[in-house]
Amino acid sequence: MLFPFQNVYNANRPAHCKLVGPTLTVSGEMIAFIVRRILLLIPTLFFITIVTFLVIELPPGDYLDAYAANLAAGGDPVDQERLEALRKQFGLDKPAPLRYLQWLTNILRGNFGFSFEWNVPVENLIWERLALTFFISLSTILFTWVVGFLIGVYSAVNQYSVGDYIFTTLGFIGLGLPNFLIALVIMWYAFDQFGLRLSGLFSQEYRAAPWSLAKFLDMITHLWLPLIILGTAGTAEMIRTMRANLLDELNKPYVETARAKGLRERVLVRKYPVRVALNPFVSTVGWTLPNLISGATIVSVVLSLPTTGPMLLGALMTQDMYLAASFLLMLSVLTVVGTLISDLLLAVLDPRIRMETQ
Amino acid sequence: MTQDFAAETGNSFPDDPEFDEVPSERERIFVASPRQLMWWRFRRHRMALLSSVVLILLYLAALTWEFLAPYDPLRHDVQSAYAPPQLLQFFDEEGLHFPPFVYGFKSGRDPETFRKIFEVDESVKYPIRFMVHGDPYKFWGLMETDLHLFGLESNESTVFLLGADRLGRDVLSRLLAATRISVSIGLVGVILSFVLGVLIGGISGYYGGTADILIQRIIEFIRAMPSIPLWLALSAAIPKEWPVTRVYFAITIILSLIGWTGLARVVRGRFLSLREEDFVQAARFAGASEGRIIVRHMTPSFLSHIIASLTLAVPSMILSETSLSFLGLGMRPPALSWGVLLREAQNLQAVVLAPWLLTPGLLVVIAVLAFNFVGDGLRDAADPYAR
Repeated sequence: MLFPFQNVYNANRPAHCKLVGPTLTVSGEMIAFIVRRILLLIPTLFFITIVTFLVIELPPGDYLDAYAANLAAGGDPVDQERLEALRKQFGLDKPAPLRYLQWLTNILRGNFGFSFEWNVPVENLIWERLALTFFISLSTILFTWVVGFLIGVYSAVNQYSVGDYIFTTLGFIGLGLPNFLIALVIMWYAFDQFGLRLSGLFSQEYRAAPWSLAKFLDMITHLWLPLIILGTAGTAEMIRTMRANLLDELNKPYVETARAKGLRERVLVRKYPVRVALNPFVSTVGWTLPNLISGATIVSVVLSLPTTGPMLLGALMTQDMYLAASFLLMLSVLTVVGTLISDLLLAVLDPRIRMETQ
Repeated sequence: MTQDFAAETGNSFPDDPEFDEVPSERERIFVASPRQLMWWRFRRHRMALLSSVVLILLYLAALTWEFLAPYDPLRHDVQSAYAPPQLLQFFDEEGLHFPPFVYGFKSGRDPETFRKIFEVDESVKYPIRFMVHGDPYKFWGLMETDLHLFGLESNESTVFLLGADRLGRDVLSRLLAATRISVSIGLVGVILSFVLGVLIGGISGYYGGTADILIQRIIEFIRAMPSIPLWLALSAAIPKEWPVTRVYFAITIILSLIGWTGLARVVRGRFLSLREEDFVQAARFAGASEGRIIVRHMTPSFLSHIIASLTLAVPSMILSETSLSFLGLGMRPPALSWGVLLREAQNLQAVVLAPWLLTPGLLVVIAVLAFNFVGDGLRDAADPYAR
């Protein structure tokens, strides 16, 4: 944290008496912190693979039994030889620890298994959906931040104004409303009143089209709805945090001093209290990503977005375990890595975080 | 403290000239037990007070829905599929009616869409009766009875105060029935998380050292995972043929497996800060055993905080169960929960035809907000000595 009024305080002081805040240089300490955090990632990733593997193993019978049952139910002849071959290929005839190792090495080679529901290798299915999921989640974070920050500052500076009351009430309701209910109500309202079908992420003509600039722009025009729905709870949280923090700061004597010294109100608020209040604000980002990915799963089912949610749900329903497990694995891994990146960025910004974890 | 005091007594400062004239009021504050102070503090949070009444009503409804609901939630009648809600009428040309009545329906088909339409038929009146004999049920599995709080004269015709669903089942009865699973799963799940959280968080905070580091890593790991995909995957493994009660407990356990981490953090934090407190040290020097220190000295001073955190943890449990059931991987019909009912609302056309299918969502929101308000009030009241 910068010492408030550092510049004012230092203006007329000899060099050896100047107070200095920490500077943004990558020190040895910083590198050690980064290395430590990355090393900690390894056991986490290991745990994730174990949990995911358990998920594959949980349903009764092995995975090919489910496949054979599906085939039989569909009236297709079950080719025992092919089943045996598949069993060998996936190592299903071996004990669990060996199966785990084989599964893991396959994944490290980029082979995620085979989806019997879709009849294609899993890796052909997951990447685009994962990318879209993270694109939507990251956009939501950005949206949450901008809106939450602006409204939070407004609410704190104009405490007890009409606007403040409106936003505070909206924020409280936003926290209590589950995302998928908001989605349901908005979809119902739009369809009932305007005959609009607000589902999907692309217009009809781009749905199956390969990626192009036009398709991307089309997606941007559809993005607002998931953003608002996914962002409500987060924005409400941000408004609350920002408002509370800033109010605490605004009541401190140094603000009064600065005011007495004749600093203009806008400059004053922006320069000191907002920056201090921002600190706890950014440190919540670590938990935002898991929550968002989690919430996006169910909202995307309601809105039928072409993201991981609907396909993961479908895979779990039909016990297409390699597909389901790959989604679970990649969602978790990417979330953990994303959280790590945000933590590292934060540590660069805020030296106290580096100190805390030592 | 001064502020509390001022609010409670109307006196602002001890050096106030009127100060000596109301010694009884002052004394009331000084001699009040912590519990009393907490109640006074809680009482000041109006929304929390109101919300606790709402919650009590909700849980009473959950306990006695068989009696409150006019019909068996599974009773269906395809003739009245998507029948709209009937308004309670208190007045007609003859004046005030009590108990109220409802008008009957004329049903027909839309000549263009062939969709069934219902029209209010003012010539037919069904008076509401209290304490009527209707669909039989077994109250709490003990008492065979057919008494319902209200209903129509004859059990042949039906009244739909909240409309009917796809199969002509009474939405109100289904809603009341679903309340039992939805609100109880929140409590049971939180209790389970609480046991895990206190046990693990307590070990972590009280002993510190390696155990603490290890437990903190595990908590961080669990919290870093996106929970809904994990829940979905775990509950997808629940065998389809399991009976309702077993599914119920399986879901509760799955939810608690992740839910305990938040509570464990709170408990650990409290233990860490209390461990070094003077009164704990004093008890230790006086020769109290570790168990006695934890139970008699430390627990009372953080119990209120724990209760507040528990209350705030219930809504997320309720929401999680609703989400799981909504997606079809939680409770499954014939079991009823708000999430199961909301599944009917997944079909956009059905919702447009029958917006009352969204009423379970309204109950979810009410329950969640009420728990949040009560939790906020309890959190403020938890430390009545703080300002």
